[in-house]
Amino acid sequence: MKIEVNTHEKNMLRLAEEHPEILVLSADLGTSCEVKKFRAVYPDRYLTMGIAEQNMCSWAAALAREGYRPFLHTFSVFLYRRILDQLEMSVAYPNLPVVFVGFVPGITTPGGVTHQSINDVGVLRTVPNMTIFDVGDATEIDGVLDLAYEINGPVYIRMLRKEVPRLFPADKPMEFNRARVLSEGDDILILSSSICTEEAMRAAGALKEKGLSVQHMHVSTLKPFTDPTIVEALKKTKYGVITIENQYEIGGLSSAVSEVIAENGLGKRLVKIGVPGYTHGASKMYLMKKYGIDAMHLVSAVEDLTGKKLGITEADLAQERFVDFLEV
Amino acid sequence: MSATQYTVEDTQKIANQIRKQILGIALKNGGCYLAQACSSAEIIASLYTRILNLGPSVGEWDAIPFPGVPGPDNMDYQRGSAYHGMPEPDKDRFFVSCCHYASVIYCALAAVGRISEKALDKFNVDGWNMEMIGAEHSPGFENTAGSLGQTVSIAAGTAHARKMKGETGKVYCLMGDGELQEGQTWECVQTAGFYKLDNFIMVIDANGQQVEGAIEDQMTLEPITDRFESFGATCVTCNGHSIEEIEKAIATPHEGRPLAVICRTKGYTGIKPLEKRWPLLHFARIPESEKAEFQKIYDEM
Repeated sequence: MKIEVNTHEKNMLRLAEEHPEILVLSADLGTSCEVKKFRAVYPDRYLTMGIAEQNMCSWAAALAREGYRPFLHTFSVFLYRRILDQLEMSVAYPNLPVVFVGFVPGITTPGGVTHQSINDVGVLRTVPNMTIFDVGDATEIDGVLDLAYEINGPVYIRMLRKEVPRLFPADKPMEFNRARVLSEGDDILILSSSICTEEAMRAAGALKEKGLSVQHMHVSTLKPFTDPTIVEALKKTKYGVITIENQYEIGGLSSAVSEVIAENGLGKRLVKIGVPGYTHGASKMYLMKKYGIDAMHLVSAVEDLTGKKLGITEADLAQERFVDFLEV
Repeated sequence: MSATQYTVEDTQKIANQIRKQILGIALKNGGCYLAQACSSAEIIASLYTRILNLGPSVGEWDAIPFPGVPGPDNMDYQRGSAYHGMPEPDKDRFFVSCCHYASVIYCALAAVGRISEKALDKFNVDGWNMEMIGAEHSPGFENTAGSLGQTVSIAAGTAHARKMKGETGKVYCLMGDGELQEGQTWECVQTAGFYKLDNFIMVIDANGQQVEGAIEDQMTLEPITDRFESFGATCVTCNGHSIEEIEKAIATPHEGRPLAVICRTKGYTGIKPLEKRWPLLHFARIPESEKAEFQKIYDEM
């Protein structure tokens, strides 16, 4: 699998070249959010806002009202947990086109609990007018800014940085509110997002070898959550559905899926795989394993749903993983 | 500053009329944000008559039903800013952060002919746009200001945008002094200073009161002027009940820096019986037992 580097940096520059009203706002973490080069290329369109996210958010609301398209860059935690009132009252209520580009989502940072945005999807799913994207690979990073630019209203992006695998064909860009089908089947439905999709791909391969028919779909639009292809996949799954996500097990993809099951009266079992609570600082792979958002845990969930022991071990799972994130 | 057809005497008359109208509302409804009207009447009357350079109102002459919350399918609703005229590069913009002052804004708009007097009958009436606490659909409001500290950032961000676009109009933001306790206010002032926003003017009604009592007994702000200066703004103080002083203070040169004008006021100016309640004047109720006393003042106004 190909590992791509600094994909957001290139796309932010490309989009800014296409749209002169785009501005980048930074709360002192631009160098950690792949906009260092942007600052060098477009110094007048790179606004340093200091370590002051509340003001940055309301300020961006004004810029959007005046016809600019502000893209806020900092870590995810500082774009929802710290500034929820500003996000809601300055931006979301008036439905302004402000893009919150949130870096190191979930446990993709060793920075510990203060840096790990474990409930951003859950919190922001409850914010009216908000659109939420959760990218899973380099191809989605290539496409997500264009989608965000087209949205009539605020957008929150869970962005991945530095070395990111290209899991999906470069010529099959991310689509709004449409899951990406990675394998088709009708025994088990796996819905995965963010960095968990790579884990789910590894597990799905091993499950298929054991004779299971697996429908695996990668979800990158978390709000709205009205994709009819997900409803169809839920209808046809025999044993049930497993969600696996880089987020708290309450409020995110799992909750969105459970709402769809209930609202459509589908009566399917759901096994939720997500971060079980607050986390601590360590490497991504360590945390994924420790908190069970990995391929082996997914296999156990399939055994739970099917009532069958599958005898899959770590060795059966493809060994290729993407590079760990070591920097804060 | 625009040439004005209003003399200082005219402006004072409008300030007096605003107090009277809001006392009338308080008498009718059993209470209102009356002290805010008393403290800010001269400030707001001065802004609308002698300071702000606004185009003619493009808002509906009468009150309108609440036009719905903003959303992807509702972005063309009538904004409160329509009453300040079309946005033009050389015109000023006026943001109201202290949105509890909505009644004062509505009365001022009516006094200067930007909305009908009849619209005031819809103040705080369910289902209409003349809400008690203003939001962006309320006449005179550019944005939804109820969460303190945010509007000053939005106003400053607007000033920043206008500077980047080369517009010459100024951006004014009316604030209370209590909201200077918000951390975001100071994040904003430091940023406005950093970006040298000399097209940005904060006008502060420093009435010295907040919900739980006198500001100095809750969380002191002094020395306010030193605070503003050290965060990068030019700051001047004036008597907020003197139209000439307000006007002179707002005309203070502030090249390369935002300007903060501290208008020292009293929340019982013009309605003496409120003084004995000071500083507990956030929302002034008029009980039956005191109605006659206030009615008498109203009749004499």
